Amino acid sequence: MTVSLSGKEVASKIEEKFSGSVVESSAENLVIKSDRVLDVARFLKETDGLDFDYLNFVTAVDRYDHFEVVYLLSSLEHNHSLMIKARCYDRENPALPSVVDVWQGADFQEREIYDLFGIKFEGHPNMKRIFLWDGFDGHPLRKDYI
Amino acid sequence: MAVRTEPFVLNMGPVHPSTHGVFRMRATLDGEVVVDIEPVFGYLHRGIEKLTEQRTYNGIVPLTDRLDYISSMSNNLAYCLAVEKLAGIKVPERAEYIRVIIAELQRIAALLIAVGAFLNDCGAYFTPFLYMFREREKIVDLFEMVSGQRLTYNYMRVGGVSQDLPEEFMPALRKFMDKMPHYMDEYDQLLMQNEILIARAKGVGILSGEQAINCSASGPVLRASGVNWDIRKADPYSIYDRFDFDIPTQTTGDCYDRYRQRVDEMRQSLRIIQQAIEQLPSGPVRAEVPHLVRPLVGEAYARLEAPKGELGFYLVSDNSIAPYRCHIRPPSLINLTALRDMVRGWKVADLIIIFGSIDITVGEIDR
Amino acid sequence: MATFDFNIYNLVNSQAVPPDWPGGFWWHWLFFTVVIIGFVLTLVMGVIYIERRGMGRMQSRLGPNRTGPFGLLQPVADAVKVLLKENIVPTAADKLVHWLAPVIAFAPALMLFAVIPFENGALLADLNIGILYVVAISSVSTVGIFMAGWGSSNKYSLLGAMRNVAAIVSYEIPMVLAIVGVVLIAGSLSLNQIVMAQNVPFVLLQPLGFLLFFAAGCAEINRSPFDLMEADSEIVAGFHTEYSGMKFAMFYLVEYAEAVAISAIIATLFLGGWKGPILPPWLWFIIKIILVFFAMVWTRTTLPRIRIDQLMAFAWKFLFPMSLLNLFITALQVLAGWPTELAWVMVIVNIAVMVVMVFIWSKFFFRLGGGRLEA
Repeated sequence: MTVSLSGKEVASKIEEKFSGSVVESSAENLVIKSDRVLDVARFLKETDGLDFDYLNFVTAVDRYDHFEVVYLLSSLEHNHSLMIKARCYDRENPALPSVVDVWQGADFQEREIYDLFGIKFEGHPNMKRIFLWDGFDGHPLRKDYI
Repeated sequence: MAVRTEPFVLNMGPVHPSTHGVFRMRATLDGEVVVDIEPVFGYLHRGIEKLTEQRTYNGIVPLTDRLDYISSMSNNLAYCLAVEKLAGIKVPERAEYIRVIIAELQRIAALLIAVGAFLNDCGAYFTPFLYMFREREKIVDLFEMVSGQRLTYNYMRVGGVSQDLPEEFMPALRKFMDKMPHYMDEYDQLLMQNEILIARAKGVGILSGEQAINCSASGPVLRASGVNWDIRKADPYSIYDRFDFDIPTQTTGDCYDRYRQRVDEMRQSLRIIQQAIEQLPSGPVRAEVPHLVRPLVGEAYARLEAPKGELGFYLVSDNSIAPYRCHIRPPSLINLTALRDMVRGWKVADLIIIFGSIDITVGEIDR
Repeated sequence: MATFDFNIYNLVNSQAVPPDWPGGFWWHWLFFTVVIIGFVLTLVMGVIYIERRGMGRMQSRLGPNRTGPFGLLQPVADAVKVLLKENIVPTAADKLVHWLAPVIAFAPALMLFAVIPFENGALLADLNIGILYVVAISSVSTVGIFMAGWGSSNKYSLLGAMRNVAAIVSYEIPMVLAIVGVVLIAGSLSLNQIVMAQNVPFVLLQPLGFLLFFAAGCAEINRSPFDLMEADSEIVAGFHTEYSGMKFAMFYLVEYAEAVAISAIIATLFLGGWKGPILPPWLWFIIKIILVFFAMVWTRTTLPRIRIDQLMAFAWKFLFPMSLLNLFITALQVLAGWPTELAWVMVIVNIAVMVVMVFIWSKFFFRLGGGRLEA
């Protein structure tokens, strides 16, 4: 069975290395500051014992006052998983660093989030809309898009 | 003196005899050699994720049919697993066994199309494709007995399946199980050692294990590159931990290995179905859940080993009859991340074969 | 036995009209022109039907069976459909080239039949250089195909046309060398003489030559497994992507007319042409054409397609050396007088040679494979 790691233990490990990057942590929840996502991602991938080399998915949820970007990471070797989130409070031009350099699988998924939510990922090699055409106005999966 | 050449862009447009649906690729070619490709998506984008926010939990099941329309039962099952995890619903035993039998039959049907379409791309002008369709026809007939449909089944419900197996199902299934290994041997005899197939597919489009993991590939693509990771064994859902089956892997990760991998997986599915038939209990086929399911506030992610890879549903609920957010993790889209690196340096003919060996369905990519 | 009686005057005068033919040269020409055009077109329709039914049955499905009894009128229906379609020419296409291409591709396919005998002496022109004429004329349709690819101003067409030209040029050589083996035994380039010399069908005396010619012939006419020139699943339709209506019908006809032509040439060179007991000669000829064509349908249905670089490698590294070896061995045997005196010994030796050569060469010297170019 894939063990889902507790947010609290991993939070303490992250806080040792990058202090101030964890916003909230509980058994199921681990929220990272939005500008520290790339550092934490590299740390999670390269640390022995964590070894999160597989990114299951990246998606976003519109929580009315902020966007919440959700990452699910797995380690195939240790068979454990972890879900981390990053919150984005800006609704006009939300932006987050891109994790494409860490896990290449995030390539198309980040483009999808940009297309449907409007969140830009800095450092992504090809930040363009993926499903809708280039001149499309608006971002459909936002809650205020009718 | 070298002749000056310059690369040109060839557009393999959305409507093309071989791109498995409306998928577009802009390939930069230097003569016949592919220098770069740029996939263009969105021709089948229907906004399914937005639609789910306005339908009840049970009403989303027909929407999930249309994701990977070749293996609709797996989509239904993945979605129902996610809702049951979110709402904490326990599924009765008979329903679990029926789900396993149906899911494995669906896997065989989808893999038959994948292998047939791959061989069609290699140029074996429809003959293996039609032979595989002969077997798929039998499976589709079984599904028609069960759900009344031939393509988009809408069979699973939250808490179980929608109706019990009819009487004629079991004898027909047994007859299919008797004949199928013989047909699989026939295909192996015709195709496995075919020199032209080996020349076209061996060593072409190699995807190494680490690269596959980095690109988040899953399913047969990942296992053909040598990574032993199958969700049915690593993170068993439903009752898969009660069955005895192997996870085949291959070594190189070229197109031939991906073809081989799919054939091996079909054999393993036959083993699982045989065991499930023997252990099938009686009982109700659906849990006692209200038709309008109303889970508590929370979120859940449930994943399934679909024929194409890891299909997962991430559901967020706010205690209403419709989900707050439903995200579908599409295996086809994520498997395509590796396409660019796999294809550079090969020729146009190989581009089609490599693309066919990844096996995508555009309904799942675009949602 | 090996007398090459080539004299430019003989070309036109002595062999033109058989001595017992009523009427003069022009009646003979008219009669045979009509017969050949009718024969080719009818046989092409029959062959299209055989291909579609045969392929259907091999793929465990029925094939056309609605139009007419047993679907026999299917080619007629296809012809009518194609004639009624609108003739679309792309605006950026080179109009003259685009219009002329099907004509240039189709004419040689008909012209080939001028030298193929239906009975002893019954052919349009009994040229002394019969088989050389065949080889020369069949290359002209390549020009037509290339014009089609170029004149369509479409990248897919150009790709298909380029592949086609490369492949046809490469496969001419093994084809011609296989023919030379037959010519050495028969002692004449004239097809009529070649048929008359076949007391033992040459497929037994030249089994390796037969296989080589069959493979090279399939490649010349773009049949599977060498049909990447019009690879359905890759470049849509290759050089005839932009054609519709009657011009497309011409290309479709070219493909099957050339298939019939190559089958007829194989039947003439290797299977004994019109020779056979009991039945009338022209019926034997048709039966042999259909048999060879059926073998082509069989390989089309069964085998996948090979890639362009593998195609070229196959021509130059497998067929070409084998055809040279075949020629060498045949030449030695002819010099020793085997075809006339020790015919059956020659048969057994040649079959053994073929089996050994194909086995050894494919095991040790040549494997189909390709490479990745670091771009």
